[in-house]
Amino acid sequence: MNNTAELDYEDEEEIQVVAFQLGKEEYAVDILNVQEINRLLNITRIPRADKNIEGVVNLRGNIIPVINLHSKFNLESAGEEDDKRIIVFQFDDVRAGIIVDEVSEVLRISSKDIEAATYQSMDATLLKGIAKVGERLLILLDLQKILGLEAV
Amino acid sequence: MKMDMSKYLDVFLEESKEHLESLNEQLLELEKNSKDVSSLNEIFRAAHTLKGMSSTMGFNDLADLTHHMEDVLADLKEGLLEANSYVIDVLFHCFDRLQLMIDNIAVGKSDEMDNSDLLNILKNIKMGNYEYAAMAEPKASEAPVADVSDLFNLNEYDMTILKEAASRDFTIYYIKVELDPGCLMKAVRAFMVFKTLEEDGEIIKTSPPSQDIDEGKFETSFELFLITRLTEDAIAHRLNEISEIKSITVEPLDLNSLNISDNRPKVEATHNEENHNNDDTGKKVHKMKQTVRVDIERLDNLMNLVGELVMHKGRLEQIGSNQKIADLHETIEQIDRISTDLQSVVMKVRMVPIEQVFNRFPRMVRDLAKDLQKEVDFIIEGKETELDRTVIDEIGDPLVHLLRNALDHGVELPQERTKKGKDPVGTVILRARHEGNNVFIEVEDDGEGIETDKVLAKAVEKGFINAKQAEQMNKEDVINLLFSSGFSTSSTVTDVSGRGVGLDVVKNKIESLNGEINVESRTGQGTRFRIKLPLTLAIIQALMVAVGDEIYAIPLSSVDETTMITGADIKMVQNQEVIMLRGNILPLFRLAAILEVPKQSDIGDEMYVVVVRRGDQQIGLVVDALIGQQEIVIKSLGKLLNGIPGIAGAIVAGDGNVRLILDITTLN
Repeated sequence: MNNTAELDYEDEEEIQVVAFQLGKEEYAVDILNVQEINRLLNITRIPRADKNIEGVVNLRGNIIPVINLHSKFNLESAGEEDDKRIIVFQFDDVRAGIIVDEVSEVLRISSKDIEAATYQSMDATLLKGIAKVGERLLILLDLQKILGLEAV
Repeated sequence: MKMDMSKYLDVFLEESKEHLESLNEQLLELEKNSKDVSSLNEIFRAAHTLKGMSSTMGFNDLADLTHHMEDVLADLKEGLLEANSYVIDVLFHCFDRLQLMIDNIAVGKSDEMDNSDLLNILKNIKMGNYEYAAMAEPKASEAPVADVSDLFNLNEYDMTILKEAASRDFTIYYIKVELDPGCLMKAVRAFMVFKTLEEDGEIIKTSPPSQDIDEGKFETSFELFLITRLTEDAIAHRLNEISEIKSITVEPLDLNSLNISDNRPKVEATHNEENHNNDDTGKKVHKMKQTVRVDIERLDNLMNLVGELVMHKGRLEQIGSNQKIADLHETIEQIDRISTDLQSVVMKVRMVPIEQVFNRFPRMVRDLAKDLQKEVDFIIEGKETELDRTVIDEIGDPLVHLLRNALDHGVELPQERTKKGKDPVGTVILRARHEGNNVFIEVEDDGEGIETDKVLAKAVEKGFINAKQAEQMNKEDVINLLFSSGFSTSSTVTDVSGRGVGLDVVKNKIESLNGEINVESRTGQGTRFRIKLPLTLAIIQALMVAVGDEIYAIPLSSVDETTMITGADIKMVQNQEVIMLRGNILPLFRLAAILEVPKQSDIGDEMYVVVVRRGDQQIGLVVDALIGQQEIVIKSLGKLLNGIPGIAGAIVAGDGNVRLILDITTLN
């Protein structure tokens, strides 16, 4: 992102993201990591697990942990219960899901519209940046960091 | 060339591992009984196959060492050499070197290694030069390279032919043909050479033997004797027309320079045939069963799918019992039967004989006993006992540890044993057997047993217990001290055990496999470690219990009984709820509290208690309801949720919901 200046006409990189609501904020994740988007399944609570772990769900016989980003980012859950989804993503052999209030759309954003997140109030290490799409601001999540799966 | 072979590399590695295992195993047999022809044949066969495989794969150093080993083995087989301890030691060294090279190959390095030390020793042995070889400095064996006749193992019969030929004005040529290293079909080239030469002559003898050449079992060159009337140049000219030949050496031979190798009386041809026959019988014994190698991952997948099938069958049953349609009911019963069969077949497929683990032990025990200068008779019983693959993979290290222990701390030195009136040769028994849904593995020695005084002294010294506690402990408690972490009684740290990893590691491992370990020991008579393991980790019987709105599974293997109590049965001891059960006092734990269940139902005065075993202690778990016993397919919670205390894994229940399996040992 610090090479914004060098990106002119043809080298402009575009990424595709899935955008979703968490509370009143709009977030997005790189579509390449997203495996599928599901309706809310029955979530089984895991006693004594991290408070940000909502529980586990059965996804066609596979057991997948579901992370509660609302509690991680201290956000109020908003919107209709019916709109809530689990976004399941995969990194190598780890699969996990996040609960979102509503999946808004899939869109392309060009890297020149992404700014590094440097605001003090945010846990900037968990973010890849903030994308400006028209009037909207999409917060790009670094899922690997959120899961604690630092790339080795 | 190497690239083409790469896809066979896995097979090569796998098979060479097996062959090495078999080599080690059979050589041990041979060491015990030097007249054991079948072991020798087996060793020879394995070495021969290994040689062929490695040269096909282009691992020349590997092939070369095996080749020389084979020479010595052949002499052993012919009875020209005695399988004495020196020869056997050398062979063991060779096996180790081979292992090293194969390991190198496995991690992607080449097999290149300077084996001249071993090669020289082998050559010396081959020349019947043991003592010389025994002291062999690598350079000392600049011994004359066997002259041509030695190379060919010429016998009297061959000589007669050669003499006869010479007397009839035939010329005898020694011909060495070196093929292009990149030559793909060596056997074909060799065949063409033979064919060309035999147009106007007769090939008397080849090295390696013609059969090996036919099968392509040579490196890049071979040598032969030809009887012909052609001139050197003519021969060379003819051979040069064959492609992919790098160089040809043709030399006329002076018959008088040839010696009959009188110490090798057998005619080469029969010798060959014999090998061949042995090969065949060997194969018959060992290759009776047709097998397919399957990646364990695929089996896991299959297992998952079957698990899923079983789960959906459960759902189908639920629907069936609601709908009450006769046809549907019948079909469901069929599916039930089939899926049960399927499940047991898949389980069986995953079962492998514990032999796989046990096989490497005889060698280890032998080496260890030698190092420790102890004499040990190592007996393995029940190696055909089958266990789930996942358990097999995990059980090796703990067993190594126990065996090392038995040898190092258990069995005494021969002189000590004699002094005590025991057989100077100690016995270590490794035993496996089935019992119900469990497998028992025992490591038993007839050594000095565990000296409880020593253990106690050590425990006090290390501060595990104080002197007062020590006085109160009974023998069992004392022995259990051995399993505390950081404990080792060996006063001197030996190379063998006492590496800082103690029996606690063994115990943890066994417990992580849902198993148990205990020790029996009699002073002066020996020690027995007994490990109890579940047959499989994938499917277990569990008791399903309800706590609030949640349902949990408790492995049936740790459940002793269930009972119902009322509030009045609960007593308090130092702020801990306890109950009396047939005279025993059990601490009572409320699962709802331990698991922080959010919606706790009001359970009234009567409550269910599941009595479970934790180590050798019983505890009671208060639950809201008992749902019943169920066969469950264990699934891991995955990397992210690993290691949550009290949770062993998860299952997908018949209704599609995930339920958690409680881990009693870490629950508190």
